[in-house]
Amino acid sequence: MLGYPATLPSARPAPPERPAMAPGLTLAEKLIARAAGREAVAPGEIVTCAVDLAFAHDSSGPRRWKPMLEALGVGLWDPAKVVLVTDHYTPAVDAESAAILKLTRTFARDYGVERFFDMEGIAHTLLPQYGLLAPGMFVAGGDSHSCHAGAFACYAAGYGATDMAAIAATGQTWITVPESDRVRWDGALAEGVTAKDVMLFLCRELGMDNGFRALEFAGEAVDAMTMDERMTLSNMSAELGYDAGLIAPDGVTLAHIRAHGGTPDAAAALRWRSDPEARFARDVRFDAQSLEPQIAAPHSPANAAPVAAHAGVRIDQAYIGACVGAKLDDLRMAARVLKGERVAKGVRLLVAPASSRITEQAAREGVLETLLSAGAVLLASGCGACAGMGAGLLGAGEVCLSTTNRNFKGRMGHSEAAVYLGSPYSVAAAAIAGAIVDPRPYLTGLREAA
Amino acid sequence: MGMGRAWVFGDRVDTDVLAPGALMKLPPDALARQCLKALRPDFADAVRPGDFVVAGESFGVGSSREQAVQSLKLLGVAAVIAVSFARIFHRNAFNLALPALICADARAIGDGDRLDLDLAAGRVRNTATGREHRFAPVPAHLMSIVAAGGLMAHLKAQRAGGEGAVS
Repeated sequence: MLGYPATLPSARPAPPERPAMAPGLTLAEKLIARAAGREAVAPGEIVTCAVDLAFAHDSSGPRRWKPMLEALGVGLWDPAKVVLVTDHYTPAVDAESAAILKLTRTFARDYGVERFFDMEGIAHTLLPQYGLLAPGMFVAGGDSHSCHAGAFACYAAGYGATDMAAIAATGQTWITVPESDRVRWDGALAEGVTAKDVMLFLCRELGMDNGFRALEFAGEAVDAMTMDERMTLSNMSAELGYDAGLIAPDGVTLAHIRAHGGTPDAAAALRWRSDPEARFARDVRFDAQSLEPQIAAPHSPANAAPVAAHAGVRIDQAYIGACVGAKLDDLRMAARVLKGERVAKGVRLLVAPASSRITEQAAREGVLETLLSAGAVLLASGCGACAGMGAGLLGAGEVCLSTTNRNFKGRMGHSEAAVYLGSPYSVAAAAIAGAIVDPRPYLTGLREAA
Repeated sequence: MGMGRAWVFGDRVDTDVLAPGALMKLPPDALARQCLKALRPDFADAVRPGDFVVAGESFGVGSSREQAVQSLKLLGVAAVIAVSFARIFHRNAFNLALPALICADARAIGDGDRLDLDLAAGRVRNTATGREHRFAPVPAHLMSIVAAGGLMAHLKAQRAGGEGAVS
């Protein structure tokens, strides 16, 4: 039914209980079954799920929801389960963006949304930063990178504005249960090789046509990753086309949630994993040790190749930003390369940390000082140039190497700009060299003088 | 359901060519004029109400921005017929009453071919080649959303009728 009366905002959401379930399910199937109130679900079934947390930003959220909710004559189904963020049009650069932000703020106030984060950073970054994710949750986000939260074993997927308005009104949505695939990374990644390189490699290897399927990441290399790196895997599952990119929780997950104010029940949380006998439609393994740094050429993440294939491509701009590429670990990686160095003449290095708390922490650690001393320009936290809306856009014929997740034609400004994608190590190294280079020698001090 | 011309595109037509991010502050009608311009500069001017967009794999890949669908809708596109769709675009399309039809042999349709769509029967006839193409059956709940004129109209009708909501 529509239009539930608002319940009182609670503290952080309680970790979902996992009901008794039939054996042989994948993690994705377990998460959907719980949200659908079922013991089991099978790929291809259409079920209705209860949403534990719904979030949206200034571009896809209130300005689109408001007329639809008004036409329906309802409010939010549960304001305590709704998170709103301004990140796309921040800070306002003209009257139109200012009006969008004003509308978002007014909506948050009028509709009773207490978890409204205004100009604090990118939505995907703020959910875990505020301890709002717990394994088992069904999360619906008004953004295609909502799968980011899959790193916390949430079934998190992106939806368009009309779907989100319907979820905001009813707390429910339908889902076609996806087939599950699994990618396992055996062994350890080599020095200078990152989760970003893993994902660019997978974009080429698995292609981008994996819609209506869910992906699970596993293996020693994934187990060894920090949560920031795991979020890169889940985030760029969107580029592979997957509905969701899931990682089973472990001690690293729980420690991160606790460090950010969440209170997970460890025993309950750790039960969210695929059964040993679960069936994966596609189950592939890769050797982490042999992976090299990857660069994706314009205009698709699937145009990835080992960095040597693009070495020497001159760049005008190096961009470190976005939900996938400006987490604290990403800034730390860039600082490792840029320590004591200077950005090449004729190249601009732009850094837009994913949240203001990350900027603060980077300042405390000296990371920010390293970046600024190297000549980086610090931009506001938000989606920025990655979404084609903020500062740092490109002109015709300009070349950019970016830590972001997409390089579609015209995404970062002019349709005749060329955007390459790479890890924070690769972007920082290119900023120094003035061209795409293998970042690994920059980490060991073994590189030759430019 | 109707006849129209096929406008054929390739694989992975993304949301940035359907609705460029840098132009998202434009009013919907002005944004629609930019739809697919990066791939085919004359598209917005030349497409006619009732025409079809035909494409390969993962049509609508990329952003969740619904303007990608809204722009096609405002230009009068009657349906998108593709080998496969990106999931969010597929949902967005039905939510705005634009049928997004999964057709394994969509590549057999040529640019400029006249198509005759029968949504309920699950087939499209190519009057240029005489061939009939079947598309994957549209689930009943999506058919009812299209019939209502989109998800919001569907919810509103449900609310008026006092039924339980399935959003």
